[in-house]
Amino acid sequence: MIRIAALLTVLFAAAPLRAAPIVVDLSEHLVAITAGFAGAEVLLFGAVDEPGDVVVIVRGPTRPMIIYRKSRHFGIWVNADHMTFEDVPAYYAIASTRPLEEIAAPTVLARNEMGVENLRLELPRAKASPNVAQDWRDALIRNQQRAGLYPAEVGRVGFLGDRLFRARLALPANVPTGAYEAKVYYLREGQIVSAQTTPLFVSKVGVEAEIFDFAYEQSALYGIIAILVALMAGWLAHIAFRRA
Amino acid sequence: MQIYLPIAELSVDVFLLLGLGGAIGFLSGLFGVGGGFLMTPILIFIGIPPPVAVGTEANQIVASSVSGVLAHWRRGNVDFKMGGILLLGGLFGSTLGVWLFAILRQLGQIDLVIKLCYVTFLGIIGGLMFVESLRALGRRRRATAARDKMHKHTWIHGLPLKMRFRRSKLYISALLPAGVGVLVGVLSAIMGVGGGFIMVPAMIYLLGMPTAVVVGTSLFQIIFVTANVTFLQAYANQTVDVVLAVILLTGAVIGAQFGARVGAKLRGEQLRILLALMVLVVCGKLLYDLTVTPADLYSIGGRE
Repeated sequence: MIRIAALLTVLFAAAPLRAAPIVVDLSEHLVAITAGFAGAEVLLFGAVDEPGDVVVIVRGPTRPMIIYRKSRHFGIWVNADHMTFEDVPAYYAIASTRPLEEIAAPTVLARNEMGVENLRLELPRAKASPNVAQDWRDALIRNQQRAGLYPAEVGRVGFLGDRLFRARLALPANVPTGAYEAKVYYLREGQIVSAQTTPLFVSKVGVEAEIFDFAYEQSALYGIIAILVALMAGWLAHIAFRRA
Repeated sequence: MQIYLPIAELSVDVFLLLGLGGAIGFLSGLFGVGGGFLMTPILIFIGIPPPVAVGTEANQIVASSVSGVLAHWRRGNVDFKMGGILLLGGLFGSTLGVWLFAILRQLGQIDLVIKLCYVTFLGIIGGLMFVESLRALGRRRRATAARDKMHKHTWIHGLPLKMRFRRSKLYISALLPAGVGVLVGVLSAIMGVGGGFIMVPAMIYLLGMPTAVVVGTSLFQIIFVTANVTFLQAYANQTVDVVLAVILLTGAVIGAQFGARVGAKLRGEQLRILLALMVLVVCGKLLYDLTVTPADLYSIGGRE
């Protein structure tokens, strides 16, 4: 916290002199998923040279995602159709100083993918008519929202005075790992004046990370060790059991 | 206290897992069953992805079968020859099962197949057990009923490759236990169970083995088949979560001790009715989930 305060002081002092209209940083650039991980909060802070609006967009790594649609066969719900979206952000959250529609015109919001509804999620081929494609898109967003990965609410960016701002970025416990970025837009009178991107990494560290990597990279050895652990545990249980 | 499971990739309360392990361990001690067929669906209910529940449960069963078989071995209740033949079939079946599992996962149908297998087998076994134990209770009241003929000669005894199994006092075709082994192996891979709940009735009613050696022999076979499943699931599908397995195991070991003590005080038929009811409840819950209209028809597929 002292470090942040110091940084803020520097930023604040430097702001009028700088050429850059906006500077931002995060309280930490690495979110470590450890054994007790139950979500994390990262503080984003920065300064602008003149009063205006700030929009923060946090995006996770992109990946292809399959969506299944169930339909009923013989009384049972079965995954019948599927679609693959390319380049879906694993996480998407937005925060702003005011409601988005007051900050900028819909065209500006759409061009910069501000707001979940403006995310460009393209189906690779025109497999379906536009409104059916829209159903799949909505389904993807709905599922991601339910999982807490596309927070439905627009977060708050708070100003301290005219120039300093800060926002709390809350990452849920099930946050996917990978390279994130926080992109901060600085708007005046509905137009984007400047933007700044700052990286954020979410990764498993410690035993959890090692187990995961081991399981994927040395699958055969992992399997053997899993069996040995079980054999050992069974034998120990037998000894304890016999004594009892 | 939350703990992050590295392979399941989610945080779960460690005491919930210990409690579940303990409760299922208690039941397995009480009823003398492995518990995989209860644990896997319950893991799915609490949100563990079905493939991880299946792979991890196979790993846990290795441990509980080891401690079980050591006790039976000391009493000489393991027919190694019969176990060996069952095992040959089991290794083949479980390898086939893991391969099927990988294909179904790619098709996005693995969750459905796991659940359907559970509904089918829990329904059949639970139903049969319930009817049978009700009848046993009835018989007890009406005292002596007419006894079945001890040995009936059927088509089963005409199969080739006959072998003598001394400890089981049987002279039957090796194809029979091998076939049972294959079936149980496939189910073990797809359902994450040891398969005792299918193998034990099959050994008694189909093979005609004496009850005393049934449990020890099936446990002996289960160790190797679930070890094979654990290895192949870890190797081909990366669905074995060692952390989850160890936590469940710890609870299960403690629970099983209490279960066995309580079980010794209860009557067999009552125990079996209770077990049958529980199996039917789990089956009913799974079936209900499959048939009730889902809140969202769309869902996101797993890792590619």
